Amino acid sequence: MGLPVSHILMVTGFALVLIGFWGMLGHRNILRIIIGFSLINTGLHLVMVATGYVTGGTAPIIDKALSISEATVRSVDPIPAALVVTAIVIGFSVTAVMLAFAIRIHDARKTLSIDALTESKW
Amino acid sequence: MTKRVFSLLAILVFAFIFAGVAGGYSERQTLSPLARHYLTAVPQDLGGANVVTGILITFRGFDTLGEVAVLFMVAASVGILLGGSPTQNRTNQAPRPSELVENGAKIILPLIFLFGAYVIMNGHLSAGGGFQGGAVVASGVMLLVLARPGTGLHQGFLSVTESLAGVIYVVLGICGLWFAGGFLDSHILPKGEFGSLASAGAIPVISALLGIKVGAELSVVIDRFRS
Repeated sequence: MGLPVSHILMVTGFALVLIGFWGMLGHRNILRIIIGFSLINTGLHLVMVATGYVTGGTAPIIDKALSISEATVRSVDPIPAALVVTAIVIGFSVTAVMLAFAIRIHDARKTLSIDALTESKW
Repeated sequence: MTKRVFSLLAILVFAFIFAGVAGGYSERQTLSPLARHYLTAVPQDLGGANVVTGILITFRGFDTLGEVAVLFMVAASVGILLGGSPTQNRTNQAPRPSELVENGAKIILPLIFLFGAYVIMNGHLSAGGGFQGGAVVASGVMLLVLARPGTGLHQGFLSVTESLAGVIYVVLGICGLWFAGGFLDSHILPKGEFGSLASAGAIPVISALLGIKVGAELSVVIDRFRS
């Protein structure tokens, strides 16, 4: 018996979050910062899905493999999955707006480096 | 240099917190009472085989409506941000796509759209649903835009389609208020035979509307980014 599956998933998710943070803090290019944000997003989704896993559970879809009476004992928690669908949509929306802003900034400054935007820096 | 050290420090602090969370987590052995309620209520009360779709479309239906509104807002704000920008005349000199993309798209595009429709319509029976299928359809639109840079998406058609889907969605919700237990209650249509395509009350209808709406909205976003 090796490492539990949800632990592997959770550690992977947290590692992705850390890589994303490192990318956001270490890079000056706006596109790379957005990629870092997406990595954080994906990592957190993985962590959320991992918390829904129940040992030995299967997908919460009733079919030949999982009868209605078995559903409450042999299936994983459906709530985190439903929440993550919401989170993915919101993450997509934020990324799309950020990319649109990046395009506007590139139009205005002809560069994607955040060093060009110092007037709002304190 | 000090900046590097500071960001490394921040990462280390986060790593410490995450290690604490992951180390203290033990895999769950039983479901929470709420999850058990959903797992019995969705198949027996609503008649849907996919519990996640049942939660998304009925129990958290209002939330899903809000999500679609967020997507609409994004399409609008991306339009405002990118509309009338000086990059608009750049599309004319877009390079031709490679032979592979151009010919591959001809074969694979109908399959992608078919698969998207399948995922949308089988949301209540198997893995899938409106959001997922809509995203598949939009990825097909993305491929279309890449393979034929000249094709213009009909913005008016897309916005009319998605507004119509949204209006019907809300009307169905209000029907739930009238004929069933509450806003977006899926009991307004008969439950049907468990596991067949026309089952689970209004869930497949709402799922299809969601799929149309999401597909159209994402296509609008893709098109805005292209011009």
